[in-house]
Amino acid sequence: MYQLVSLISLWAIPVLIAFILVYGYFRKVPVYETFVDGAKGGFVTTIKILPHLVAMMVAISLFRQSGALDMLLSTMAPVLSFLHVPPEIVPLGLLRPLSGTGSLAIATDIIAQYGPDSMLGRLASTMQGSTDTTLYVLTVYFGAVGIRNGMYALKVGLWSDLMGVIASIIVCYLIFL
Amino acid sequence: MLNVIWLVLIVISIVVAAVNGRIDVISQATFEGAKTGVTVCFGLLSVLIFWMGMMRIAEKAGLLELLARLLSPLVRFLFPDVPKGHPALGYILSNMSANLLGLGNAATPMGIKAMEELQKLNTNKEIASPAMCTLLAINTASITLIPTTMIAIRIQYGSQNPVEIVGTTLLASFIATIFALGLDRWYRFRYRRKLR
Repeated sequence: MYQLVSLISLWAIPVLIAFILVYGYFRKVPVYETFVDGAKGGFVTTIKILPHLVAMMVAISLFRQSGALDMLLSTMAPVLSFLHVPPEIVPLGLLRPLSGTGSLAIATDIIAQYGPDSMLGRLASTMQGSTDTTLYVLTVYFGAVGIRNGMYALKVGLWSDLMGVIASIIVCYLIFL
Repeated sequence: MLNVIWLVLIVISIVVAAVNGRIDVISQATFEGAKTGVTVCFGLLSVLIFWMGMMRIAEKAGLLELLARLLSPLVRFLFPDVPKGHPALGYILSNMSANLLGLGNAATPMGIKAMEELQKLNTNKEIASPAMCTLLAINTASITLIPTTMIAIRIQYGSQNPVEIVGTTLLASFIATIFALGLDRWYRFRYRRKLR
């Protein structure tokens, strides 16, 4: 199982690159010119995303470093312990939708402290791996095409993050206990 | 809604810092955050430029069309508003496949290309179309077959079985994705009724 998974993740990108190039060549696509032509768009798109990302990262950095996140955590603690949610995992679940690097840091910290094969380590790995950073995805995708009104996308993203956290906890308890 | 979240995050942070007598943290955290934004964006720059070049080749060679045709029942069900054979479908599918394989840095450029194609179909360029919302629902929940980053970290910390979380991750993300798609459908119908 491990061999297979690591083999796939090792080979996926090289195979994909080679496949696209060779397939393109045989379909008579001028690969180099086409690459350069398409790649041009990447720069423009990145510049469009930049202000959105800066705005969002400032808010998240403030929220974490001002102590507001810790305050929210301590008010939620009694409810969560009633629901048998391990308190160590709560900051991860809360930060996961907001910041990918922030939650990755917390997940790594939990793994370093309790060990990757502990219940908390497995739970942190599952939680971190099973959803993407909603606020980042929204900022980048909508920012790239200039959408101002995201309709209900944020609500759907945040609710399903909560669902992902709950599902991770239940699945881990069912499988690893 | 993003307006409110952004405002609330910032104002609450400043108030909390002030109450705790740590107002000095604010300006430092602000510029640290701005710096993170720029760093993340420039990390994205190289990846976006590379994959957008590759995807243009895939598009010109007809690979995306092929992918879209192979999996057309799935995309017809998820994106009923997108006309058959539209290039957006190919990009959406390649975005989904990259997510599934845990190729996060390839998935984002493909998702952005899909958004650009969907924007061409969009009637009001400032308001997200239902298809865009569905694409975001898929991406925020993101079914993950191989959580590459977490496996790497588990190896780094000497796990006996670094891939034992593959199954739990897949199951948890599958549940979250089904939930997200269901919720997306529900909101779609609700908003459509409201617009009429």
